[in-house]
Amino acid sequence: MRAFVNARLVDPASGYDGPGAVLVKEGLVFDLVQRPGFEGLAEDVEVTDCGGAMLCPGLVDLRVKSGEPGAEPKETLKSLARAAAAGGVTSVVVQADTSPAIDEPAMVDFVLRRARHIGLVHVHAAGAATRGCRGEQLAEIGLMREAGAVYVGDGDRVIVNSKVMQRVMTYASGFGMPVAHRPRDPWLSDGASTNRGELAGRLGLAGSPAAAETIMLERDLALAELTGASLLVDQLSAAASLDGLARAKRRGVDARATVSINHLSFNEVDMGDYRTFFRLDPPLRTEDDRQSLIDALAGGAIDVVVSAHSPAPAEDKRLPFAEAAPGAVGVETLLPALLALHHEGRVPLLDLLRAVTVRPAEMIGSAAGRLGKGAPADLILVDVHAPVVVDADRLLSKSKNSPFDGRRLQGRVLLTMVGGRVVHEAAEGR
Amino acid sequence: MNGAPDIETSGLETTIREHLFPFPLPHLLGIQGLAPPHVEALLDLGEAFTGLNRAREKTLGLLRGRTLVNLFFEPSTRTQSSFELAGRRLGADVINMSPRTSAMTKGETLIDTAVTLNAMKPDLLVVRHSASGAAALLSQKVGCAVINAGDGWHEHPSQALLDALTIRRAFGRIEGLTVAICGDVLHSRVARSNVALLSLMGARVRVIGPPTLLPSGVDRWGVEVHRDLREGIRGVDVVMMLRLQLERMDGGFVPSQREYFRYWGLDAEKLRSAAPHAKVMHPGPMNRGVEIDSVVADDPAVSLIQDQVEMGVAMRMAILASLAARLEGGA
Repeated sequence: MRAFVNARLVDPASGYDGPGAVLVKEGLVFDLVQRPGFEGLAEDVEVTDCGGAMLCPGLVDLRVKSGEPGAEPKETLKSLARAAAAGGVTSVVVQADTSPAIDEPAMVDFVLRRARHIGLVHVHAAGAATRGCRGEQLAEIGLMREAGAVYVGDGDRVIVNSKVMQRVMTYASGFGMPVAHRPRDPWLSDGASTNRGELAGRLGLAGSPAAAETIMLERDLALAELTGASLLVDQLSAAASLDGLARAKRRGVDARATVSINHLSFNEVDMGDYRTFFRLDPPLRTEDDRQSLIDALAGGAIDVVVSAHSPAPAEDKRLPFAEAAPGAVGVETLLPALLALHHEGRVPLLDLLRAVTVRPAEMIGSAAGRLGKGAPADLILVDVHAPVVVDADRLLSKSKNSPFDGRRLQGRVLLTMVGGRVVHEAAEGR
Repeated sequence: MNGAPDIETSGLETTIREHLFPFPLPHLLGIQGLAPPHVEALLDLGEAFTGLNRAREKTLGLLRGRTLVNLFFEPSTRTQSSFELAGRRLGADVINMSPRTSAMTKGETLIDTAVTLNAMKPDLLVVRHSASGAAALLSQKVGCAVINAGDGWHEHPSQALLDALTIRRAFGRIEGLTVAICGDVLHSRVARSNVALLSLMGARVRVIGPPTLLPSGVDRWGVEVHRDLREGIRGVDVVMMLRLQLERMDGGFVPSQREYFRYWGLDAEKLRSAAPHAKVMHPGPMNRGVEIDSVVADDPAVSLIQDQVEMGVAMRMAILASLAARLEGGA
């Protein structure tokens, strides 16, 4: 048994933010009080005085990419899990577009077994929506669900054929499986490495317009309406998408949208002189877009924030901008980057945390993401105000492609607990 | 240009040495970073080299003992030979490298080549690459001065400088002139560098082309944007035509060659809407009958196209000499 006393308890599920203490037993939250401590604790209870630090549910990250299987030099499930633990992320969903793709039950089983063997954080798997993520034939959605897949989606790949997408949605909804999809028109975004606009014009780069996102988003929303499927819109990047999303939600379309922490933190100008760590997919857009995405998060129009963790080793990034691999690692920097929006007064803390805990947890049918009696003891202790300077070389991911490198942020994970077990503890005490 | 060449050359050498100055930047990656006085000084130096190029004895040992590497990932006859000639006339050892990009991943070639090059200890590296930003990336990986000879659609600063020298020689000035840049601006590094340099030097710049071949946000470049050639070149002093790659005219960006020539090709009739003294330029190689009519291109009264080639060597000598002077200062 372990007790956390004298904490600032923050539970987005109940909306509580105040003094509190938590007693952990057998992997679960055994007791929880809204006062600094417990009376009459047994002598064998290990007591941690939190000193007023924030105790909240561990983060649930719906979108991370692993290099395993197929690209282990980029990231293994183990390095991913270690990085997640250090970042206070206690559950991750790995994407299906690995090599080979996670498109059949044995592959789902492989990932989950490996993760159990590693035993640090909860690793869930998304199953491919189509075989080989090729966008042509249905993958074994039912069998993958039985094997433990939490939703289906082809990762970074777009399902171009609308008929195929309609069938994926129809079939998946029969199994109660949400369908994740990146809204990206393949032709408008063909060859593009950045946002279409003045900057792309000046730098001589092909740009993808916001319309590439809105066109595909409208299609997906229409198909979700047609089929009754549950749609998980993967990583919005453009303000122009928000209207269509809100309208569809009002019509009762079962759609939820994510945004990556990168798109809440940076805009296209950050890439400066072709800095490839800012080459992302979807591309970073304008400051107006970024501000609108933050507003949408604060207002609840965007449901979930993801790290969009996408490891790429130096040899894939030290290239001319258009030739560099898109994506950024993010699982370790998600929390402090998110807290920046709280420190800047843009989004209330509870709303921020809701988008990375209880909401994503509910979407994958997990009981995590909340602090309540009987909930899994997946929790983190955070010094919300501690200054940190991100040093990409010191990240635990095998790939160091962090656009936050050198950034000054606030928020340090002091301790990460998964299922009642401490999986990460900050090196220098508190 | 008559008389004893050695005396002539020694006078020219004095002029050149008087105008020689250490380059303000470690590399020439683009027009960005240059200030008008730098440009004026470079053009003056280029002007001085023009005299040398017309003398019988065209060599000067300013780069003696220096190694110049021409690294061309994209084929180029004109620019590469221009830099090669410039380097040789200044007494440098010149090596031409044309890595075959098809054999390897382009990016691997770029970085791998940089590592190889470093071991050869070159002093000056001229690079052309199909990707925007490639020259800047290379400059971070090598220990020598990098000259961008064209990176993707981004910049081609030596071309803009030689164009500026050509204009200044023809008109005696750049400031106050109106220059129209016409054609495939979207894919043109020449256009981007020229817009930057001409604007910097006080010229008014117009950009003209089919809407599908204008870059996004071009209206915020501080230039006038025109869709119509005749309208766009009305009263201008200089008409600068851009090369249009033929494969872009097959329905991808414009419907056909004949439709392109009808609206955006320059012929004597359309040229009449420019100022009576207007001059015509083209960075080459030209597609005659597509973007420019031969009658215009070959008319010595209006065409500066031959002058551009001549200024190309002189301007590149100036760039190399100035960068080498900076190396001397640093050593």
